Amino acid sequence: MADPIKQFELVPIVPITIGTGDFSFTNSALHMFIIVGLTAAFLLLTTSGRRLVPTRMQSMAEMAYEFVAGTVRQTAGTDGMKFFPLVFSLFMFVLLANLVGMVPGAFTVTSHIIVTAALAMLVISTVIVYGIWKHGTHWFALFAPSGLPKVILPLIVVIEVISFISRPISLSLRLFGNMTAGHIALKVFAGFVTAMAGAGALGFLGAALPVFMITALTALEFLVAALQAYVFTILTCIYLNDALHPGHH
Amino acid sequence: MATNTTQGTQVPSKGGFPAFRVETYGSQLLWLAISFGLLYYLMSKFIAPRIGGILEERASRISGDLAAAQAMKAEADAATLSYEKALAEARASSQAIATETRAKITAEADAERKALEAKLAGDLAAAEAQIGTARAAAMGNVRSIAVETAEAIVQRLAGTGADAARLEAAVDAALKR
Repeated sequence: MADPIKQFELVPIVPITIGTGDFSFTNSALHMFIIVGLTAAFLLLTTSGRRLVPTRMQSMAEMAYEFVAGTVRQTAGTDGMKFFPLVFSLFMFVLLANLVGMVPGAFTVTSHIIVTAALAMLVISTVIVYGIWKHGTHWFALFAPSGLPKVILPLIVVIEVISFISRPISLSLRLFGNMTAGHIALKVFAGFVTAMAGAGALGFLGAALPVFMITALTALEFLVAALQAYVFTILTCIYLNDALHPGHH
Repeated sequence: MATNTTQGTQVPSKGGFPAFRVETYGSQLLWLAISFGLLYYLMSKFIAPRIGGILEERASRISGDLAAAQAMKAEADAATLSYEKALAEARASSQAIATETRAKITAEADAERKALEAKLAGDLAAAEAQIGTARAAAMGNVRSIAVETAEAIVQRLAGTGADAARLEAAVDAALKR
């Protein structure tokens, strides 16, 4: 049976070593650039005509834009649109990373915790840096909701701080966990198929069951790929809303 | 679980789950920063402004067209209104002209009639005056004829000339009756 973990292995393509650190251009890096290339190609080539009445492909690019812009406006308000390039980049990167990962033999960039953690930290550090730059010390009112009795205020502040710190952790673990678990499950059932098919006539018939499972799981994984990109995006918008409007949440 | 892969010789693989191998983090972070930075640059410099521009242009075009249609409708309404106003004015002025003409014609006819009446009255008066003078003259002639006739009768009957003054007085007294 093939190793279901092998698909997550990093394979250097161009070995690069700076000092003692290993910064090799790996299959992961290649897939990151494939993702960026596909995103740019999709959004730039389809809109090059700048048609008033869009072509089908331009309409798709516009729909992606409107979808993310609508999410930003709804959750973070109109002034949240200053973060639109960041949110749209995150959405397209995560979505394409998840979808490219569904191509057989391709590498899933978002199945590595360091990548999802880096994206989550990018969001949280944007919230902290912009929040303090824009609101100064007032931004810390986020942790101390107004109108609370002084007795329970310290407790609430502790809870708020813990919930704030847990945000990047949950944001990164959710995406990483979903991608890793889904791809392992696919590989495990694929392994069952080959193992059973090789075990004689009865096994060949029995292999139909995991084939059915893997088909259903593939459909589910496509749903998860899109859904997790959306979840990552909407949570990013909600956290950015705290940077814009720390008083009311 | 995982064993060393055949190609993984460059990465100092210590085994374990690939996502938890800390020695791979540097490479992933570097290339993520470069690729995502590139995507963010493209997004903020080209993609977002372009698609946002397309959508904005479309929205402004639609609202502009709607405003133009609204303006045209208002213009058409105004034209209808001014047409109706002009029609009403024309109707009113034609009525006024008709009334004026009628009044003028009536006045002219009146004046003509009055002039005719005055002329006729003048003619009548002149005729009456003429008749009066003719009558006076006739009456004068009657007196002198009566006097001459009376004188002649007296001459015939009495054979002598009568006193002219008494004769005239007698004729006048007779004429007065």
